[in-house]
Amino acid sequence: MSARLSSAAQAALLGLALAVPATPAAAQSFAVTNATIVTGDGSEPVAGATVVVRGGRVVAAGPGVAAPADLESIDGTGKWVTPGLVAAVTELGLWDVSGVQDSNDASARSSPFSAALDIAPAINPASQHIAISRAAGITRAVVAPSAASSIFAGQGAVIDLADDADPIVRRRAFQYVEMGETGARLAGGSRVAAHALLRNALREALDYGRGEAIGGAGMRGREPGRVTDPQVVDNRMVPPAGERASDVLLTRFDAAALVPVVRGEQPLYVHVERAADIRAALALPREFPRLKLVLVGASEGWLAAQEIAAAGVPVIANGLTDLPSSFEQIGSTQSNIGRLVAAGVKVAINAAAMEQPRYLPQFAGNLVALTRMPRASGLSWGQAFAAISSVPAEIAGLASGTGTLRAGAPGDVVIWSGDPLEAGSTPEMVFIDGVDQPLDNHQTRLRERYRTLDESRLPKAYDW
Amino acid sequence: MPSTGRGAALAAVAALAIAGCTTPGNGGGTERAAASSRHTYPETPYASTYRPYPGVPTALTGATVYDGAGGRIDHGTVLFADGKVVGIGGPDLAIPAGYTRIDGTGKFVTPGVIDIHSHLGDYPSPGVDAHSDGNEATDPTTPEVWAEHSVWPQDPGFSRALANGGVTALQILPGSANLMGGRSVTLKNVPSRTVQGMKFPGAPYGLKMACGENPKRVYGGKGRMPSTRMGNFAVNRQTWAAARKWADGNRAERDFANETLAGVLDGDILIQNHCYRADEMALVIDMAREFGYKVTAFHHAVEAYKIADLLRENGICSAVWADWYGFKMESYDGIPENAALLHNAGACVVIHSDDANGIQRLNQEAAKAQAAGRRMSITIPDEQVIGWITLNAARAMGIDTLTGSLAAGKMADLVLWNGNPLSVYSRPEKVWVDGALLFDAFDPQRRPVSDFELGQPGEGDVK
Repeated sequence: MSARLSSAAQAALLGLALAVPATPAAAQSFAVTNATIVTGDGSEPVAGATVVVRGGRVVAAGPGVAAPADLESIDGTGKWVTPGLVAAVTELGLWDVSGVQDSNDASARSSPFSAALDIAPAINPASQHIAISRAAGITRAVVAPSAASSIFAGQGAVIDLADDADPIVRRRAFQYVEMGETGARLAGGSRVAAHALLRNALREALDYGRGEAIGGAGMRGREPGRVTDPQVVDNRMVPPAGERASDVLLTRFDAAALVPVVRGEQPLYVHVERAADIRAALALPREFPRLKLVLVGASEGWLAAQEIAAAGVPVIANGLTDLPSSFEQIGSTQSNIGRLVAAGVKVAINAAAMEQPRYLPQFAGNLVALTRMPRASGLSWGQAFAAISSVPAEIAGLASGTGTLRAGAPGDVVIWSGDPLEAGSTPEMVFIDGVDQPLDNHQTRLRERYRTLDESRLPKAYDW
Repeated sequence: MPSTGRGAALAAVAALAIAGCTTPGNGGGTERAAASSRHTYPETPYASTYRPYPGVPTALTGATVYDGAGGRIDHGTVLFADGKVVGIGGPDLAIPAGYTRIDGTGKFVTPGVIDIHSHLGDYPSPGVDAHSDGNEATDPTTPEVWAEHSVWPQDPGFSRALANGGVTALQILPGSANLMGGRSVTLKNVPSRTVQGMKFPGAPYGLKMACGENPKRVYGGKGRMPSTRMGNFAVNRQTWAAARKWADGNRAERDFANETLAGVLDGDILIQNHCYRADEMALVIDMAREFGYKVTAFHHAVEAYKIADLLRENGICSAVWADWYGFKMESYDGIPENAALLHNAGACVVIHSDDANGIQRLNQEAAKAQAAGRRMSITIPDEQVIGWITLNAARAMGIDTLTGSLAAGKMADLVLWNGNPLSVYSRPEKVWVDGALLFDAFDPQRRPVSDFELGQPGEGDVK
């Protein structure tokens, strides 16, 4: 392994195509010694520490940890070791070129369905954007559909970014709904219409759940609040027990999909930006008490920070949005997340509010920078890193410890050339569930082909 | 440039007008005096009314100075007064009496950041349809439109670019729906009630052109030419041929489209050419040769690294993002090493934003592009990287003799950063434009707040 580390840089330089295994590689056991270790749980980095991974899981990490003699050891001197980044919310694996509609499965404007849409079958693990994000240290991602035919975008998934054929960690992990300006437009022209549509849909789902006896295997009897279990039953496939009322709006498929939402078994991600829209969303549980809300966006969250904290609702918040890009973002400021966290809100940095998910560390670093600016609110280094690792993992319902290097956490480990939040640092090795991942992709191949422009012998097309 | 105009002359004095036009651009003074009713067009319409705001003679001491031209001075001193840089040097540089000293120990000084590609003002915030003023998408060639006639000076984005990005000058471009989108305008990043109050004195105009997908999609979608890349070139060539003919004539009739194109052919207006693909840039270079004009910069240029040699040989700058890619077909081959590979090949690199958020972090974009180079063993010193967002941008905008680097006599456009600007942890602490302090992180009032934001949530907040 230690040889592999030093050769990793060489391989990157030479642009060697690392062999992609036909079958998933086995988890490796290894230790990284004498590195700066980031636990990812909000604590600050610790220098001169060791992390031990065995059988695909973190066994130990810290300054007092010794590398077991039987394990291959990677010299981490001068390196930083962190848990893999967790990107929420993304469209990773849903498109190849976002502007090329044939390649884009993020939204379905002409579909008769909305809430029923389950994006899991569309996710392409061979997507270049998954490979490029992996090379940037992202090991897991929350993937959401984009609303187009209704306020309901459909059901998102949680994926890992490993180089194998099975990206899905949790399918039907959440439902996504638009309740701001976008929702108003999709609902027929106003926020009023969006709220009517939402309430009607949830009531139809309640009725449907009762009428169809949904809630059997895999649903009923589950511990309330436990969301780490996969949704065993696809409600949409439960055979109909009888006729529905004649005045329903939702298709049977859509109503079935909303049953776990209204029962609090599947989180409802609500995209809202304006403070008033946030408050309106927070009020929904008064009518539907079991809803498990997650706010997405929340540019004006700081104006309702106390209410969000009191409601115990986590937020996947825009990190650096500071322009009144729309009338629902008039109060936006880069200090939003700092103020929310100070009020006690659980906040992950929203990967959807940046050019690409690989900007996550840069955005986190910017929130650290704010702590040095008068009147601004930012995050400590440890908090900022947690906002792109353990916090989004927790919100996504990933297994306990995901996004940290605590004992028992999945072996998602990234070895960085330096401080991972600095613009100048890059991942040198990425492990997912303990498996050493290839970091090459279309971009690295282009880079190597055009390292020089010499075509004196043959055209560039032969250089591969 | 247009002649002193006679084209709008009344029919009654048409004969005189025609006579006057035999000496375009020059007088006919006695005739004009005689025809008192005849209108004379100003040589410089919509002229800049910008005047620098007051400043105090200032000495920044003890900071690391990146001068924008590739120089670096540790524990440097920068002197400025009366809106101009007076001198820069090491700790031994004498500070004249009467200068206010600012201790920059542990901090960094750079020239003001310059964004060569912005749509602040012509696609302002809030981004509602009523504010969509960047693309005159009704004709594939609109060299007659001027971006300055669309710029809304109250766009809150200007203040964010100043306070968070240290941006002191920027070029506002029309969009890329059209092959020829219109004239750009270069602005000082100073709040003003009017766009004229922001116009950068002495900056040349640019002409925005666009290759590739956008024009053919927009016009092909309307069922008209161009709908293909070959259609793009055909329309461009016909337009240039007509402009050449017009420019070779007496230029008498006011023709705003041809006046702009003639300005390009004369070398007075700089071509700022949106173009992604390497093969297409190579074709544009030949088109410029065919009609006798020069491309100053390719913008976006995500495949510039594939033709770095060609760009170097033709003296064309590439204004690029650090790492945008994949959002449209022609951006699929974008790589983070683009800037570093260009720089390494000796070609001119500018980092641009094209984005109201990205303009607030051009320093970080430059740092990411630098790091991508380092990853492939191309090491570019910080002081050269800073040139990508200062002097190189100024050069490609034709204002490099005025600003873009810290040299005696140049405009005192500068930023005091609270750390290395190529670190994600650093922010502008103070920003001066022509020696006037327009942002100070330690003074809540020294921060512009646009009319739009008054009385609304977050007015005057840190942003």
